[in-house]
Formats: sequence, C-alpha cells, structure tokens
Amino acid sequence: MSSSDRFRLREFAVTSLTKYYEGLEQVIRTDRMPHIFCPGCGLGIILKGLAEAILKSGIPINRHVGVSGIGCTGRLPGYLRIDAYHVTHGRAVAFAVGLKLANPELEVTVVGGDGDIVTIGGNHFIHAARRNHDINVIIVNNFIYGMTGGQYGATTPTGSYTTTSPYGHVEYPFNIPLLAYASGATFIARWTPIHYAQMVDAFLQMFEHKGFAVVEIIAPCVLYGERNRFPSYTDMVKYFRDRCVIDHEADLRKIGISLDPKEPLVIGNFYKVRRKTYEELYKELIERVSKEGAKE
Amino acid sequence: MKSFHPRLLKPGRYFMQGNIATAEAALIAGCRFYAGYPITPSNEIAEWMSRRLPEVGGVFIQMEDEIGSIVAVLGASAAGVKAMTATSGPGFSLMMESVGLASMMEIPAVIVNVMRAGPSTGIPTLVGQGDIMQAKWGSHGDYEIIAYLPSSVQEVFDMTIKAFNMAEKYRVLTIVLSDQVIGHMIGKLVVPDYEEIEIIDRELPDVPPEKLVYPFDNSRLISPMPIAGAGYRVNYDSLTHDERGYPSVDRDVSFRLVSRLVRKIRENEKAIAEWEEYYTDDADILLVAYGCTARSAKEVVKKLRRENIRIGLFRPKTAWPFPWWRMNELSKRVSKIVVAEINMGQMLHLVREYSARDVEIVHAPYAPGYMPPPSYIENIVRGVYGA
Repeated sequence: MSSSDRFRLREFAVTSLTKYYEGLEQVIRTDRMPHIFCPGCGLGIILKGLAEAILKSGIPINRHVGVSGIGCTGRLPGYLRIDAYHVTHGRAVAFAVGLKLANPELEVTVVGGDGDIVTIGGNHFIHAARRNHDINVIIVNNFIYGMTGGQYGATTPTGSYTTTSPYGHVEYPFNIPLLAYASGATFIARWTPIHYAQMVDAFLQMFEHKGFAVVEIIAPCVLYGERNRFPSYTDMVKYFRDRCVIDHEADLRKIGISLDPKEPLVIGNFYKVRRKTYEELYKELIERVSKEGAKE
Repeated sequence: MKSFHPRLLKPGRYFMQGNIATAEAALIAGCRFYAGYPITPSNEIAEWMSRRLPEVGGVFIQMEDEIGSIVAVLGASAAGVKAMTATSGPGFSLMMESVGLASMMEIPAVIVNVMRAGPSTGIPTLVGQGDIMQAKWGSHGDYEIIAYLPSSVQEVFDMTIKAFNMAEKYRVLTIVLSDQVIGHMIGKLVVPDYEEIEIIDRELPDVPPEKLVYPFDNSRLISPMPIAGAGYRVNYDSLTHDERGYPSVDRDVSFRLVSRLVRKIRENEKAIAEWEEYYTDDADILLVAYGCTARSAKEVVKKLRRENIRIGLFRPKTAWPFPWWRMNELSKRVSKIVVAEINMGQMLHLVREYSARDVEIVHAPYAPGYMPPPSYIENIVRGVYGA
C-alpha cells in the first residue's frame, strides 16, 4: 500500500468513525479517531455501547472513572472523555479498588480483556469479587491475546490454533461467569456486541447495581478467527447470530465456551444479588469505631 | 492553618517501637489509606494502621498480594487521598512493576520497606540492607524516586512525614528504607507541636476543566495534579504519553516525557538529599554507613577519636538522591574510606563512583542477618589504618 493510499484509508476511517459515534462526542474522544481496533473487532461497538450507557446512567459524567490494563481492550477507556487510568497489565482491578475506597462517590468501571482480567490479573479479580467492592468489571473475552499477535490465554478453547499453540491448544479454558460467581461477584451477565441493546442494558444494570458487577462481552477477534473456524472477519459475528441462546436462568456450570459450531453460546443476565459491599461495611466499621472508641 | 485530627498522636515524649512510630507519623502526615500484605518484619505497621485508620476516618485494606497493595495505593492517591504501603524485601520485589507505574503516571505515594536479610525469602526476622540498589534500579526504564535511610526511632518518624511531603511536592514515589533493627527497636520519640511540623499537600489545578488542555505540560517540571472525579476528565497513561495524556510512539514525545520525569528530581537533588557528618572536619579516614549500621559506626568513631585517630563518619540520610557532591568533597580530604553496610556491596558502588580517584576505598560487608557490632567495624578500620 502506498503512503497516499494509507492516508486516504485513514481519512476514510476518521470520517466513518466520527459519523458512527455521532451524538456521543460528550463522552467519546472523537479527536483520537481513528481508534486502533481492527476492522471486524467488537471493541468499537462496545465503546459506543459503554458511552451510551454512561450518558443514560443518570450519574454525572464527571463521576465516571474508567480503569484498564494492557491489551486491545485496555485501550478502550482512553477513548472515553472521562477520567481514565490506563495502568499496567492485569492491575486494573486493584487500581479500581483503591480509587473506590478513597472516593466511594466515584462510579468506577474496569474494562479489560480476558488476558488482562482473568489471566495475569486473575488474583486481583477473584479477591475483589470476594470482597464485593462496588466496582464494575467489563471483561471483553475474545479468546486470545490480540495486541501481542494472537497467543493463547486463559479463555482460549481447547484445540484452538494460536501463535503459541500451533499444534492445537491443550488447556481447558475458564468459564468466566462461573469463576465470577464462585469468587463472590453479585451481578453477572454475558452478551455479545451484536446484542447491542441488551449489552447497553446490562451496562446500565451494572452501574445501578451496588456490588461487584461482572459483564462478560464475547467479542469477535479476526486474529483468533483467521486461524480457527472463522476465516472471514464476519464469520464470528455470524456464529454469534446463529448460535447464541439467551437464557437468564442458565446453570452457570454448563455455559463454558467451546466455540464449536454445533454448541450453543449461552448469554443473558445470569445473576444478581444484593449483598453489603466492602465500602458499606467499612463505613459502618468507621462509624462503630468513632462511637465506641478504639480497641484497647 | 492546617487542621489536625483530634485522634492523632499528641505532641509529647514517647517510648515507642520504630514500626509503630512509622504508622503514627504517616497519620500525622495526612495518610488516610493503607493497603498492604502481611510480611515480616513490617507487620506492626499494618496492624497499627488497621486499628488507627478507622479512628481518623481513613481506610485500611489487606490486599491479595503486594502487587495489588501498591496498585491500590496508587489508585487511592489518584483519587486525592494520601496513601501508603509497608513491606519487606520479597514484597518490595513484587512492587517493582508499580514503582515504574507511579513514576510514569506521576502519582504520589509512600512505600516503607523494612529491610530484612535476603536474597529470596532469606531470614524474615533478621536485618539486611540489601534493597539500596533495588529501590532505584528495580523497575524497568528510566525513572527517579526518593529514598530515606532512618537510623533511629525518631528519624523513622521524621522521615516518614518527610516522605509524604516529598511525594506530594514532586509527584513522585518516595520510599522509606527502614530496616528490621530500626523497625523493631523501641526508642525515644519526641512529637513536636503540630504547628512545627511541615505538611505539604500536592498542588491541584486552579483553572476550570476546559482550560486544562495539557495536564502533562513539559514546560514545567511538576504540574498540578487533576484528581479523579474533579471534572478534568484526564487520561492517565502508563504508556508513553504526550502532554494531553494520549499514548504516543513519537520519539520527541518520549524523550521530552522521560527527561522531565528524571529532571524533576535530578534538578532538585540538592534540595532533597540529606546527610549527617560526625567528626569529618579533620578526618583522614572516613567511615560511610547508614541505617542501623551507622549506629555501630558512630560508636567506632567515638572510641577511636579517644585514641586520637582522625576518623569521621559520613551518614547519607537519603540513598536517592545520593549526596554525591558532598561525598566527592570529603573523599578529597581523606586518604582512606571504609564503607560498612549489611550487604555484599551496594552503597559501596556509589562511594566508588563519586569519590576522588586516589583515595583507598575498603568495603566492610556484613553477613545479612545481624547488625555489625562496633568491634567488627573497628577491626576493619584498624586493619586499614595500621593501628
């Protein structure tokens, strides 16, 4: 491709993306377009959905804070016109915990990939869920490390071909909703970008929910698809359209993802329970201590 | 006029453990967030903070590991609350990743590292001084930190307050390199009247959000810090970023940013570095020691001075920035230098780097685990001196 071709392509991307995000300039940094996401990636749609949810949330934009680690998904909060912290790989949840405890008025949302949140950041994720911090975690699961070129991760289905599993992947993947449930998360949902309205609705429920909220977004990734059963960049999207089954009451033990064309991909708003958050319990503790005095 | 919480440690004289003095100092400095992970010999700091922070309206949390602890500390500080963690060698190693993160995002924070014997798990209950170099060079890339070296209970108290002040002033990570002896020592502590204690808070932007176009302005070394939720809607990035905070791979952007992050400390090193000198005026032989080792070294100077041996002590109170100019001046006036420390050669490298070429430098390493008794240092000095 010549440099003038590249320039024209860039101009086209800027124009089309600016048009795509029209009406959301208040929360999207359109001056940063084009974003870095590949054609065929789900992140552009998720960005739009999250921006829309922030606007609709009824929570002042100034109180929304985005936190992310490394990877394609880690770049997403940087395109939002909110306070955003793009930290080191896997550490977004721990950073969010500090932000929320220091200022419980903030609406803190972590946006990260499967590699960032449940692989390198798995320990922070399960413990923050266990403590039921009042933070939101959006996990964009694309089954692969996209930014680094397509290596396998903790959600890569068994048998998949990636740049580090050239003979087929021999590990078993995490089932994120089940992991979140077992760890103590109090709101759990799973959608795909093609279920746009439901995805935005899940984001809104997540903002409204008091407690550790996990929304897994199953996203198409061209890097994953091209080595596996989805050679064209629309193939994964078609698979989601054909095989997704909405079941809010699904047994979380049975909704692991194999990406087998014969298997259904179960999505829905799976779980919601109100349990006191760490922030609420600690506030009560402070009140108790100031009333009863210190421990001798 | 600053207001002080009524439940802070009152001015007066105390007999207190070093670790507890550290915690009380942090509260006086304004620390209202502590995240940590249990590790010997720093545990008293966490235990004391878990009891005291709720009393002053602050938050204590025990995280899943040291990595999460320092990251949560940075998150709390990003939301405008002074925050700290305390740890020891193995935990300090785990925190190294975020030493770079704090530098890149310019988030003020304090780490108290109660140094113990290493390497690896080493001897958790016994002293070491093996983290002098790690504190400065442990994270990847170029960055600057400030690190204090307390050698008494009073000093760990004073330096912890100062650490918060410097962190806030320069938007930099500040480390108190305490050690097991200082942390567990019970000693005299004088808490001065609050009015006499200097407390520095970070500068906040005083312009409306729409006017803050360049939150990471390179034309000044330290910019006011926009706090999460204050309406500035800033993108803080661990990636190399331009003055707006947007990621960039431009070489000029990178060079300007990294230069500024380093220059903001290097150009202020003479204002930050501290040291103590003891009988250095006419010294011919110079002892260099710090932390708990300096206590033994001082005894040696006292004893040998009675024998009219012209010995003096140079005690850096900051490892970083190292008072290299003073080291250089003193090295020109003496014929021999003995460096005593509880490691196999760390500050030795700094002394070598900054001393005059013709001076003889002898190292007095001590096996990690114990504080060198004065007799150990004395024997080495006598060997060098030929007395």
